[in-house]
Amino acid sequence: MRHEVRFSGYGGQGIILSAVILGRAAALYDNKYAVQTQVYGPEARGGASMGQVVIDDEPILYPVVTDPDIYVIMSQQGFEKYGVWAREDAVMILDADLVRSRPGCRYYEIPATAEAKENLGREIVANIVMMGALVATTGVVSREAIERAVLDSVPKGTEDLNQKALKRGFELGELASTTPP
Amino acid sequence: MSRVEFMQGNAACAEGALAAGCRFFGGYPITPSTEIAETMARRLPKVGGVFISMEDELASIAAVIGAAWTGTRAMTATSGPGFSLMMENIGYAAMTETPCVIVNIQRGGPSTGQPTRAAQGDMLQCRFGSHGDYSTIALTPNSVQEMFDLTVKAFNLANRFRVPTLLMSDEIVGHMRERMAIPDSVDIIPPAPLAEGSLPFEAGDDGVPGFAPFGSGRSIHVTGLTHDERGYPDTTDPEAHDRLVRRLVTKVESARREIADYVVTNPDAETVFVTYGPPSRTVEQVMHTHPDDDIGHLRLRLVWPFPEFALQEFPNAKVFLMPELNMGQMVREVQRHVDQPVISIPKIGGELHTPAELVRILEAHR
Repeated sequence: MRHEVRFSGYGGQGIILSAVILGRAAALYDNKYAVQTQVYGPEARGGASMGQVVIDDEPILYPVVTDPDIYVIMSQQGFEKYGVWAREDAVMILDADLVRSRPGCRYYEIPATAEAKENLGREIVANIVMMGALVATTGVVSREAIERAVLDSVPKGTEDLNQKALKRGFELGELASTTPP
Repeated sequence: MSRVEFMQGNAACAEGALAAGCRFFGGYPITPSTEIAETMARRLPKVGGVFISMEDELASIAAVIGAAWTGTRAMTATSGPGFSLMMENIGYAAMTETPCVIVNIQRGGPSTGQPTRAAQGDMLQCRFGSHGDYSTIALTPNSVQEMFDLTVKAFNLANRFRVPTLLMSDEIVGHMRERMAIPDSVDIIPPAPLAEGSLPFEAGDDGVPGFAPFGSGRSIHVTGLTHDERGYPDTTDPEAHDRLVRRLVTKVESARREIADYVVTNPDAETVFVTYGPPSRTVEQVMHTHPDDDIGHLRLRLVWPFPEFALQEFPNAKVFLMPELNMGQMVREVQRHVDQPVISIPKIGGELHTPAELVRILEAHR
């Protein structure tokens, strides 16, 4: 089955990296097919950033995301630019403290940035917390695959922190309930 | 055995070049090709190669030609504005029969246009952009794997025919990431050496002279002026010019069947898509979601020299449909080779045709 996953937030949160890690998890460790693309423009740090991934059990022909069924949104501007048109049967994972709006589709509120800052000690791993919540709530890739892809992709010396962030994301995803239920 | 990676198209192009033995890159970074230069800058010094960040694209292609004449496999990468600047020396490479590879990750033009958006607007420029008569070879990948494979192939074709060979990709394929495999080794075809007793620009039946790069022991004069078989200028004799330039063109054009690289799907179809580069993936998606033996697809992995005989693989064709990310460039080549109607499906602005767009057009023409 074809899944289209869109990540959005602001430049500097690791939005593009999140998309690359998810694609890598699917393509290298879950024996699926994946194509990762991104909005690539003159945006600066702080502007709206967007990365996306197509995941399928079959080879991916059309490589571009046209109508995502899964969203991960980490800023208000990102929601307004890339999330507001989500179709009704999509599911959205929101960083609850950074996104004020709520979509018309089902959504999960994940306090990823607060968790990263207060309990993990480094705000920079908020995107990895979101990745954990994404996998726990949607199962779009396996936990083993995402863990291996995260460990491949993060700087040396930060493996433990990122692994902790991912695990915490799994937990927050398991605890979160959808709205509407 | 091979190494499987989840890699960006531009990085795969650089890996293909390294696998093919490329050991010189002279370039000037330009969006959306920059990752090729970045990867080569990181990797080349580690394999004994040379990376030079040149002052501009005129110098980049000049350095590549110079490096190639030392017998080193050499490449540059650019996009629209840089490609335009390279035109004169691409002609020089054609005239001097210099084997080299030029990568163009196409973006929206003309001029600086859309730096971050995809286009296929340079497809005629890559064939006719330099002045005078000459021929080149141009390849058109549609996936990350093909960015690797066709870069390797570009080096081999450049060596086999001693022509500047162009990898004509675009921002979509250059920047997407997909699973791809890097084989442990690839077949590398070196240029045929210049035979003892042969003059430096004296060719056999295939029109391709043996190559004696600087340092190989032969004294060679290399010039962009019309030259004789010895390599010395002969700029007024009509026969000398005709002999040389006719050979430069026919050595490539007469080998069209050997060079051709295309994929035929549903040859009995009456409605036939002709594509190259990423629009081929939209067509493949349409054919997958609307299975119909009556829709055929000719996908060109190599567009120049144009393989007009490939169109004959569809004997029942009633109409050809050609989606391109330009206002209709290669469609002219199809139109002049077939009697059937050929419908151009142009799209500019930077986005790939969607499957829904092509389905609408398909329905209108059946």
